[in-house]
Amino acid sequence: MPVMNIIQAVNDALKLEMRRDARVVVLGEDVGKFGGVFRATSGLFEEFGKDRVMDTPLAEAGIIGAAIGMALYGLRPVPEIQFADFIYPAYDQIVNELAKFRYRSGGQYPAPVVIRTPYGGGIRGGHYHSQSPEAYFVHTPGLKVVVPSNPYDAKGLLLSAIRGEDPVIFLEPKRVYRAARGEVPEGDYTVPLGEAKIVRSGSQLTVLTYGAMTHTCLEAAKQSEAAGFDPEIVELRTLLPLDAETVLQSVRKTGRVVIAHEAPKTCGYGAELAALIAERALLSLEAPINRVAGFDTPFPYTLENEYLPSPDRVAAAIKQTATF
Amino acid sequence: MTAQREESTQVLLRELYRQMLLIRRVEEQAAKAYAQGKIGGFLHLGIGQEPVCVGAISALKPTDYVVGTYREHGHYIAKGGSAKEVMAELYGKATGASKGFGGSMHLFAAERRMMGGYGIVGGHVPLAAGIAFAAKYRGKDDVTLCFFGDGSVPQGAFHEGISIAGLWKLPIVFICENNQYSMGTPLYRTLAVADVTERASGYAVARDRFSGEDVLAVRQHIAAAVERARQTGQPTLVEVITYRFRGHSMSDPGNYRTKDEIEEWKKRDGVALARERLKTEFAVSEDDLVSLEAHIRAEVQEAVRFADESPFPDAEEVWRYVYADPSSDPRKF
Repeated sequence: MPVMNIIQAVNDALKLEMRRDARVVVLGEDVGKFGGVFRATSGLFEEFGKDRVMDTPLAEAGIIGAAIGMALYGLRPVPEIQFADFIYPAYDQIVNELAKFRYRSGGQYPAPVVIRTPYGGGIRGGHYHSQSPEAYFVHTPGLKVVVPSNPYDAKGLLLSAIRGEDPVIFLEPKRVYRAARGEVPEGDYTVPLGEAKIVRSGSQLTVLTYGAMTHTCLEAAKQSEAAGFDPEIVELRTLLPLDAETVLQSVRKTGRVVIAHEAPKTCGYGAELAALIAERALLSLEAPINRVAGFDTPFPYTLENEYLPSPDRVAAAIKQTATF
Repeated sequence: MTAQREESTQVLLRELYRQMLLIRRVEEQAAKAYAQGKIGGFLHLGIGQEPVCVGAISALKPTDYVVGTYREHGHYIAKGGSAKEVMAELYGKATGASKGFGGSMHLFAAERRMMGGYGIVGGHVPLAAGIAFAAKYRGKDDVTLCFFGDGSVPQGAFHEGISIAGLWKLPIVFICENNQYSMGTPLYRTLAVADVTERASGYAVARDRFSGEDVLAVRQHIAAAVERARQTGQPTLVEVITYRFRGHSMSDPGNYRTKDEIEEWKKRDGVALARERLKTEFAVSEDDLVSLEAHIRAEVQEAVRFADESPFPDAEEVWRYVYADPSSDPRKF
């Protein structure tokens, strides 16, 4: 089985689906001849031509708006927003048009657009190349939100997303784009949306995380293990729809919860997880829910390592929660 | 004009007059129902602007696409929709155009390629470009008509959409229904360059600008733009000067316009003009027109009865169209 990084896995998924389904088109800034700023669309222009792999103007509302129109006609557009930080100019298109289309047309018009975008910090990107905007989209009914952490899931989840009938925000963890390597099957397979994965079994407490932070939490677990703790790590993979059953099952088993994400703490996705646990597993808890998150500041340039939850910070939270 | 052509023009104008009058009567009735509390939300009437949507859409073939605005009752009917579907949707009934899920600004008819109303001013312009792209990509000769008001012109999305259409040579006609007021503010206070079509030159699209009270003239102008789009793939930015006789929405008393101004524009009412032409130029009898108008009245009354008697969507339906498979959303507990 070939070993790939996440970029190669995304590229492989796009090629596979474009060969299989002529309705799939790719559009975005620099995605054509240049092959994408992170090379995720490399080789697509050469293989599929300019009618299926379109360089666009720097106009995010235009990119997403056009993609919605394409989907209404019956295509399967996969627009790329070059950095998740640039998604905000398209926010109106996503929230007011894309997410509501099926609903406000009484089911007449599905809009299956899959928006791929690299998110997150840890690359010294500063304010405008580091943000994690997932909470804005999870708050919007009608969208699905997917965040893989590794090449196998990236390919399988992307294929599921493109084949689904709903719009998907597909957040790719750019910090581990190349660092996260693993075996990826050649050819077709899917990973269904809405299924979390236990990436480390443990008995003592539950760590809930997703995306690039999964790797941080796995490192923290090694430290914790050396110190005598036994955390279970649940990687959500899909934030919306959430695999609530897997989350709650783990929480009921361990009675202790650490939630880790890069985005700012206030109203971050962890707040929703904490509320879910409070609503449905409160009596199982033996310690307060512990959130390890980005600070409630703009994403900092020089101080990004202070801002981002590190393995040390997560390990400290594990210790605090396990010994409460 | 040959006798045959004259007859076909008479038939055409009679049909366009019928559509315009039906739209007007539906909207007048909607205003009454709104006052009675039977229609909720916001209601934007296009009374006075009927020749624009009716003339423009009459230039299309059935597989062409129409993307409307939030003032789109007329567009929906001109694209073949019924008074019943409109009225029931305004009433929020399950039998409405969008099954009661949309309301006034959300009239969709997938089978007739009526791509809805849009409540975010200008937001639909890039989306219309995407529809036009898809038609071209699929090798179909379908053209997309994208309507918008003068208030859309300063919006970023308008420029992003038209920019993409010009760049990719998409089969689309952008139609600015310039009713001269962005809600309550006159154009000269919102646009530095009053001629909307001057924007065309920056985006390599053709342009056309004319007054919109003559429904046949509107049809002719738009037909030329549609042909250009279909044959050459060049988009056109069209500006039609028009006027709404009522306020922006039902809650707008329209104090920013003088009575004299409104009366002056009412003299150019395209619905009355079409009626007059049918009589004077095409020898249609008063009896014939009165009978046509009685039919329309009956149709509107039937639409009201239908809307009144139709059921609301079931409460359980509130979850139904959020996702393709409603059971895939575990939050429904």
